[in-house]
Amino acid sequence: MTTMPSKPVVESRKSKILAALEDQDTTVTIEDPLENEMILNMGPQHPATHGVLRLLIKLDGETVIAAVPEIGYLHRGYEKIAENDTYHAFIPHTDRLDYLSPLSNNVAYVLAVEKLAGIDAPPRAQYIRLLCCEMARIASHLVSVGSMAMDVGALTVLLWTFREREKLLDIYDVLCGARFTTSYARIGGLQQDWSPQCTAMLTDFLDEIGRDVDEVEKLLSTNRIFIDRCENVGYLSREDAIAWGVTGPLLRAAGVPHDLRRDNPYLVYGEMDFDVVTATESDALARFYVRIGEIRESAKILRQALGKIPEGPYNTPEAKRVLPDKESTYTKMEELIHDFMLINLGIDPPIGEVYQGIESSKGELGFTIISDGTGHPWRLKIRSPSTSNLSALPLMLKGGMISDIVAIIGSLDPVMGEADK
Amino acid sequence: MNETILEKLRRFAPESIAGAEEFRGDLTLIVRKEDIVRVATFLRDEGELAFDLLKDLCGVDMMRPEARYEVVYTLYSLRTKAYLRLKVRVEEEDLVVPTVTGVWAGANWHERETYDMFGITFSDHPDLRRLYMPDDFEHHPLRKDFPLMGIPDSLSLPRR
Repeated sequence: MTTMPSKPVVESRKSKILAALEDQDTTVTIEDPLENEMILNMGPQHPATHGVLRLLIKLDGETVIAAVPEIGYLHRGYEKIAENDTYHAFIPHTDRLDYLSPLSNNVAYVLAVEKLAGIDAPPRAQYIRLLCCEMARIASHLVSVGSMAMDVGALTVLLWTFREREKLLDIYDVLCGARFTTSYARIGGLQQDWSPQCTAMLTDFLDEIGRDVDEVEKLLSTNRIFIDRCENVGYLSREDAIAWGVTGPLLRAAGVPHDLRRDNPYLVYGEMDFDVVTATESDALARFYVRIGEIRESAKILRQALGKIPEGPYNTPEAKRVLPDKESTYTKMEELIHDFMLINLGIDPPIGEVYQGIESSKGELGFTIISDGTGHPWRLKIRSPSTSNLSALPLMLKGGMISDIVAIIGSLDPVMGEADK
Repeated sequence: MNETILEKLRRFAPESIAGAEEFRGDLTLIVRKEDIVRVATFLRDEGELAFDLLKDLCGVDMMRPEARYEVVYTLYSLRTKAYLRLKVRVEEEDLVVPTVTGVWAGANWHERETYDMFGITFSDHPDLRRLYMPDDFEHHPLRKDFPLMGIPDSLSLPRR
């Protein structure tokens, strides 16, 4: 544990302060305030902790000598709920994990169930899901970059990135009828088809996002305050990042080019041409640049995928395991029965266990599902990237200044809905 | 890849591996509880396998008479890009598993979560406290005998 070297205290000044305090009917028991450590409680209700994260910080002057994150203030018991729900009925709950990128959470969950049940979604659905994942990544990174800049005092960027994110939310609205809690992916397919209107809106968005990201980068990379507050702050060594199971932009900013989209391709990422953005500095600034780079790469992927969406069905034609589309549910007898059976009793995947992870915006979001052959998962474990990333937070905070804390949390980009499950 | 992992482990510690299953391409190895740290260290340090990332660790309540609980480790190798699942069986009478925090530091919070949710303790864990539930909570919510609706008055809530 590092401690600051003791500072010389001017004797007369010290006695003056003590005398002033003693005047006010107070017994002063602290002999030298500068020689004492202080415990500071930050959160769970604090605007810079990005949700209900609580930090207990031990301070020596302004230097953090130890930090203990406390989580669980948003624990809703999703793993318990999953055991008592059918596979389809759990999809809306996945929206509420990482609530900044609900579309990719839906995809991660259905991919795990499909792997378990042995369902292959048709190519059109795979492409649309890929679009969903990348739109979610851009939306989430925009919030992350904006709120990190706001935490260190640059409010303009937040307004700019939220303006861009708004356009994506409008696309979600047309795509699935909801801006926030999308619940769009379905086991074996999707809730509804991608429409030409979405293509038009996304094309417009992609035409503008490059310029907007350039503007944001220009505004921040030439901002002396932003650079000073983020550079060499929150360092996490490559070895520590690996040992603590850190994933996502944090791991890539530490110089590890690990990205599941390239290393273990799911959906149709194998056909896409993109770069894995990395940095080596592993400080808050490097994480910012990795996210900015990833927004550009995601836009690149989106442009490629938009041109390649194949024609065909967006749902697997397996009536016993895949939900029918809404129109036929309302108009046809057989489909209504299937809808009822699938929602209430569930698909019956074989006995077994699988793990499927995707590269979400925060890191690896994975689902371990243990099936006993019934319509409910026997056990569903959510591997949430925010939990693992937060567990490495004390390493990043240690030795930093108290004002660095907000920059470090901003660069870590935790979402408590996901960390607390 | 799965054959290589299995072959190397069988050569290293044949008695530690109680079973192996493959389902949908995922390899699951059942490891004897006492040997988990030894096997984990081997898997991390063996040059060709190099399972250097612990992606996940969780408990499972299998609700069966023998070896009621399981602890599941999901490993990943940055070198070979392979996943591997290890499993340890835990008897209800002896809910103690050796910690793997010495092998992967990131196991810390995962083991705390498993302790919180299932009551499985990890010997020599540096900081074994509940992760999600309050410290004075007496139950372990993900056990199958814990009701979905919760237990009345088990959580001390602020008075109205």
